[in-house]
Amino acid sequence: MHAIEHAKEAKEFIESRGRATWHDSALWFVRAKRDKAAQSLPEWEILRETASQIKQHTASRLADYLEKFEANATRLGATVHWAATADEHNRIVMEILQKHGAKKVVKSKSMLTEECHLNPDLEAAGIEVVDTDLGERIVQLRQEPPSHIVLPAIHIKKAEVGEVFHQHLGTDAGADDPDYLTEAARQHLREKFCAADAGITGVNFAVAETGEFVVCTNEGNADLGTSLPPVHIACMGIEKLIPRQKDLGVFLRLLARSATGQPITTYSSHFRGPRSGCELHIILVDNGRSSILGREDFRRSLNCIRCGACMNTCPVYRRSGGHSYGTTVPGPIGSILAPARDPGQHHSLPFACSLCGSCTDVCPVKIDLHHQLLTMRGEVKKAGHLPALKRWGMWAMGIVLRRNWLYGFLGSVGRKLLPLIPRPLIYNRMNMWGRQRELPQTPAKSFRQLYRERYGRK
Amino acid sequence: MVANNKSDRTAILNAIRQHEVSDVELPDLNADWIEYDSPLEQFVQSLESVGGRVVRLESLDQLGQELEKLDSFATAKVRCSLVAGQGSPTFELNQVDDPHDLEDIDFALLSAELGVAENGAVWMTDDGVRHRAVFFIAQHLGVLLSASQIVSNLHQAYQRLESSTAFGLFMSGPSKTADIEQSLVIGAHGARSLTLFLLP
Ligand code: SF4
Repeated sequence: MHAIEHAKEAKEFIESRGRATWHDSALWFVRAKRDKAAQSLPEWEILRETASQIKQHTASRLADYLEKFEANATRLGATVHWAATADEHNRIVMEILQKHGAKKVVKSKSMLTEECHLNPDLEAAGIEVVDTDLGERIVQLRQEPPSHIVLPAIHIKKAEVGEVFHQHLGTDAGADDPDYLTEAARQHLREKFCAADAGITGVNFAVAETGEFVVCTNEGNADLGTSLPPVHIACMGIEKLIPRQKDLGVFLRLLARSATGQPITTYSSHFRGPRSGCELHIILVDNGRSSILGREDFRRSLNCIRCGACMNTCPVYRRSGGHSYGTTVPGPIGSILAPARDPGQHHSLPFACSLCGSCTDVCPVKIDLHHQLLTMRGEVKKAGHLPALKRWGMWAMGIVLRRNWLYGFLGSVGRKLLPLIPRPLIYNRMNMWGRQRELPQTPAKSFRQLYRERYGRK
Repeated sequence: MVANNKSDRTAILNAIRQHEVSDVELPDLNADWIEYDSPLEQFVQSLESVGGRVVRLESLDQLGQELEKLDSFATAKVRCSLVAGQGSPTFELNQVDDPHDLEDIDFALLSAELGVAENGAVWMTDDGVRHRAVFFIAQHLGVLLSASQIVSNLHQAYQRLESSTAFGLFMSGPSKTADIEQSLVIGAHGARSLTLFLLP
């Protein structure tokens, strides 16, 4: 696969000005709801700190906790599988489904199965997979990936949902009322739930001391999808573990408030073993996580509880759309996880960031996101993935910024020369900063001159 | 049951163990978590804000007549009840083998063990409930809760839970989605409405 250039991918999205602005304000609305929810709890900061400590503690003895979880989940009657890679994960899912002759599968939102590209594998084997979260179903019918980890269809307008539903579900042409469309999806997916041979879910939290795991949804799709068919497959990254049941109190209080500003999701289902006469399979997936654990600078990115708050607040994400990242998890956290796994392909992502630090401020588990993004830029350079233009630019900037006199000299030359240079020399392909904007008017005097005039030599 | 992929298990555990990860102590969770002057009033407010309705009863005797006042109950063809002697059921949940038979339930009367003031959630388990699908598949829900079982926050709730059932859940209001242009729609896949009957 060729490397993904975030700026290039974002271009189309930005070109439709109206859409970018609409997307921006839709996400800002969610961010504002998050703020209100966070401010309703005086202990918010203590909660964040506690969550961060629990996650870091778990990471410090993850192998022990995984073994404990396995033992307890097995005791409850679940079958625990281990998958080092995405391929192995998909193979295990396939094997379980084939053993049961399952032809129809309902899946609730799981970023992990997206990450493993499970659907194409199952479809190739003749198994129908239906994503049952409304947003996920919309993007599935449009044959595109989710653009957000909590709001998969945030980039799509209701008229477009109407169109795709008209095509696939037979809703009235031109209908775009959310109530009407949701009702149509409810009917359509009820049929799928009732016809399913197996249900696949993700996992929000798994508890080592009890062997239970928790899945959070608002729609009830994970729950309906696992309470009818005889087989439930739960797929989880190994970082989803927490030590104690009471730790759930901390995380469930943070998750929905950070994600959508709700005090808790409608359903927080605690699964402790299979339904009687049925099977429960839990797949523990590594797929690069253990190697991130070994990198001190990026380890805490594994704390992530996938709330999406860092995306909702990110000025770059809001204006460029989730698809521009070309990864399952977009936004600030995705811009760390993806290049940590494959720097060659994802090296442009840590640069899709203004280092404003807003992500770090909202993250419920206190991941130092913008610090990690900065560090990742260094890693990208060290690995030799910086494009030539950026490399030369940085090199030249380095020379200038290290020499006080040169900086002052070039500044004064620039102030005099810039207004005289013909436009094509400034606004050309080499100068990315001049693409969609005008350079500011050059001031007559530099800051240093003004400062000196006002406060004397010092 | 023994999982078949032993080598992946060893590989993952070894890969993790080869890294020195600095130790961080597990916090004790004894902070000053929010306590409401009236957990009851906060619970009602929280539940209403997530789309639920609250009906206050003076005693269980009132339940029948309050149920009859609900359109969703009065017009329900198939009713199911997990509260003994209440909810005039037409369908015996524990008599059926296949959960798919629950598909046509219009109204289910459930009973909750616990309510959480900060988020309007109630805790329910599959203790004595043969098919957990009933929580999600019924078109409308009534939930019975005793006001004395309301705690302020989730930490207190977890202190009181026993993890002995195969399934337990916090449910906060009816099912909902905002996946179409962020417009809130009540009634996604689960219940279209949730009415909570509060006993003193
Ligand atoms: S990094 Fe933090 S803010 Fe971003 S999705 Fe993960 S938990 Fe949420």
